[in-house]
Amino acid sequence: MRLLLKGAHVIDPASGVDGARDVLIEDGRIALVDVAIPPSETGHTVVVELGPSLVVCPGFIDMHVHLREPGYEHKETVATGAAAAVAGGFTAVACMPNTNPVNDSASVTRFILKQAAEAGLARVYPIGAVSKGSDGKELAEMADMREAGCVAYSDDGRPVATALLMRRALEYAGMLGLPVIDHCEDKTLAGEGVAHEGFNASQLGLRGIPSACEDVMVERDIVLAAMTGSHAHIAHLSTAGALRAVRAAKARGVRVTCEVAPHHFILSDERLLAPLAYDTNLKMNPPLRHAVDRDALVEGLSDGTVDAIATDHAPHHADDKRVEFDRASFGIVGLETAVSLSLDRLVHAGVISLARLVELLSTNPARILRVPGGRLQAGDPADLTILAPELNVTVAAAAFRSKSRNTPFDGWPLRGGVAATVVGGRALFVNPGVPQVAGLGRA
Amino acid sequence: MPILMDSERISRSLTRIAHEIVERNRGVGDLALVGVRTRGVPIARRLAASLREITGVEVATGALDITLYRDDLMKTAVGPQPIVRRTEIPFSIDDRHIVLVDDVLYTGRTIRAALDALIDFGRPKTIQLVVLVDRGHRELPIKADYVGKNVPTSRRETIHVRLAEIDGRDDVTLDQAEGERA
Amino acid sequence: MSDNAARLRGKDLLGIADLTPSEISLILDTAEAMKEVSARPIKKVPALRGKTVINLFYEPSTRTRTSFEVAEKRLSADTLNIAIATSSVVKGETLIDTALNLEAMSPDLIVMRHASSGSCHLLARTCRAGIVNAGDGMHEHPTQGLLDAFTIRERKGRLQGLKVAIVGDMLHSRVFRSNVYLLAKMGAEVWACGPPTLMPAGIEQMGVHATTSVEEAVKDADAVMMLRIQLERMEGGFFPSLREYFQVFGMTPERVRLAKPDAIIMHPGPMNRGVEIASEVADGPASVILDQVANGVAVRMAVLYLLAGGGDDETAA
Repeated sequence: MRLLLKGAHVIDPASGVDGARDVLIEDGRIALVDVAIPPSETGHTVVVELGPSLVVCPGFIDMHVHLREPGYEHKETVATGAAAAVAGGFTAVACMPNTNPVNDSASVTRFILKQAAEAGLARVYPIGAVSKGSDGKELAEMADMREAGCVAYSDDGRPVATALLMRRALEYAGMLGLPVIDHCEDKTLAGEGVAHEGFNASQLGLRGIPSACEDVMVERDIVLAAMTGSHAHIAHLSTAGALRAVRAAKARGVRVTCEVAPHHFILSDERLLAPLAYDTNLKMNPPLRHAVDRDALVEGLSDGTVDAIATDHAPHHADDKRVEFDRASFGIVGLETAVSLSLDRLVHAGVISLARLVELLSTNPARILRVPGGRLQAGDPADLTILAPELNVTVAAAAFRSKSRNTPFDGWPLRGGVAATVVGGRALFVNPGVPQVAGLGRA
Repeated sequence: MPILMDSERISRSLTRIAHEIVERNRGVGDLALVGVRTRGVPIARRLAASLREITGVEVATGALDITLYRDDLMKTAVGPQPIVRRTEIPFSIDDRHIVLVDDVLYTGRTIRAALDALIDFGRPKTIQLVVLVDRGHRELPIKADYVGKNVPTSRRETIHVRLAEIDGRDDVTLDQAEGERA
Repeated sequence: MSDNAARLRGKDLLGIADLTPSEISLILDTAEAMKEVSARPIKKVPALRGKTVINLFYEPSTRTRTSFEVAEKRLSADTLNIAIATSSVVKGETLIDTALNLEAMSPDLIVMRHASSGSCHLLARTCRAGIVNAGDGMHEHPTQGLLDAFTIRERKGRLQGLKVAIVGDMLHSRVFRSNVYLLAKMGAEVWACGPPTLMPAGIEQMGVHATTSVEEAVKDADAVMMLRIQLERMEGGFFPSLREYFQVFGMTPERVRLAKPDAIIMHPGPMNRGVEIASEVADGPASVILDQVANGVAVRMAVLYLLAGGGDDETAA
């Protein structure tokens, strides 16, 4: 079984390809990426003429999602989350351990992987808890979880509670060759905060979460990463101060990487006032920051300080959001909006190139998590994201594959979308609005 | 825009009404004037001045805002609320003859509201009504005791009373208009 | 028609932040007329006859609830009081469900007090009834701001150009926010004073002069307004002790002497004597604290009257 994608613009930062190429897929693996591959004489080859308006990239990896299973299946399941992933152009996701029970043991890890295999959609990489129950006291069985399939450790939803625990986690994870991903928030500074501390939250009478609570924790993690020589990854970095710290640490050679979420590089906290005051779909943690922070993140995306775009996909049932702002759950869904938002607000806005976008969404996440993919290499599984950069799309939350609809971007017109998502050579998502990929659906 | 009354005619009418008030009440002993806002108030003041000239007595004069008593107040779910202005009746109306003063008598609904409002202030001996113009078309059993001028009108017409204190000049005109006042 | 009729643009009063200076003036002018009603032998007018007003109080508040209730009764509205202890909230009903249930009874106005900032916005988006914010979390308490402005205007004849000092817990105070927005919109000069731990972030952008020196705030002020200090704030570590708070920020007769000789002393209540204000000041000749209470009824009557006409945003006056 062969599939030949012809005439597309292929971008693979890992191999430096950025131009018209054909991609040949054989038995679910990449066979060849080259200029004008002739259809093979022997055997049956499905040829799909993509043309130069479509862009073929190594499959996108969202390294920060919440799939809610086990425990919160009314918000999302591994299967619905994986369906949302492929619909949003992601061939793989890494899921955070704050489920119920917490993914702090190999058995929960195996359960998640079993659910993912049954769904047969996007690849799912579980992230194990740093501490048992993510309660910040004792280390979880990190080696055992790696054995079961975990790709990183995090107590996400909460910070790694103490400097001592972070030190131990980095040392231990370093032995295992995996990163520790930290949700950086000094809880004593954040208090009961629900919005970025500043003029806008003050006007609305919302308790503030100061930037300092993130900055302090990022600095702590950098110091400890330097001390241990292990790899610390900063989740959903949101402040200008944290970005400066990461930039300086990288310059010193500290093993620190970071991700940012689309809502943080697009929105800022004045949105809380208008057009819809107290919109609970603008409540997330870290909160929407000041416009100065947002602009700093955009700069970090462009200058290379930021390693990855990750959505922090946080599905919540409508009941969790249709309440008073301070009682609403934190978080928004992101899997089905991230690619269009990034194309529109970063690539078409002239902030970054398409190649840099592929780095942020594929090359770097694969490198940070040390998972397959992130490149178009012969012999690798054929995980591809095919973009239609000029496609006009309108975000329609009602049509999401995710179980949840909590997005502030509903109805947004955006330029750029996903044409198709191919996992292991199978087209698991084919956008009916893009005629060139119709043939993939039949392949 | 035919002029029904000019400044002089208004003045003569009010003087005549002042005499009638004195005659009917046999003096001004227990009398008080209450003007209905807006234009009833200056008319009441002018009457008070005439009464002082005739009798040498200063008749107590108040101002009544009937907005909060209007029967059409909350009928429309949409629309601006009439502005509420101060009511100033700095005297007791109990056991007094109250002369209520307004500019135009039309459906009678304003006067109905004014009567309700007045009665909330006490129990007058009598309430009498002065209007500068009676244009007919009553919807309630209300009749003026003293009328400056009776003007037969159609419902499509509008009476405009202008008074120097508010409008810079005195006159009463009849306008062909789309009827903005009830 | 525009000089004889006027309206607020929205169906709700959610905060002073949404009001224009002319809307504020309209409410204050209307309140003057309403104040006269309260001086009559029969303190009642039929303006809201047949209208239903629900007072929905999720936080205990004798003062504000009573004031609204008196205002409603003086306008002849039918009133219904729902307090948290007697409602289904204890069973965990959501605000939206409660709102929909109340809506089914076709109220014309709902007056709500709630501990969450923005809860009145949520209610306003759910209900056709007009919503009057009677205090939402740390956000706004617009009728308090209006009655304070009314009281100042009554005593000083204006708001424009006055120096008003506000002293106390600004961080947690909805009264502070409503007063600052209102006074700034009406051209007063506001000085805000308290410990830095109790100042909201970005306070300078609110159009006030922020200072930790009570002397600087009070100097030559036309009005001095104290905000309540809650014991919980001390326990929350915002300041060391009530005793020390009074020493540094308490309104003493000596400090009042720094203000203009005819300055007025205000407090939204309930007062903590000996914490934010000395009894000699609270009970002194300059105190207008009880006037504030009386004016509260007039201002709330004005707000209820102006909102009861209902309507959409299209025909702004």
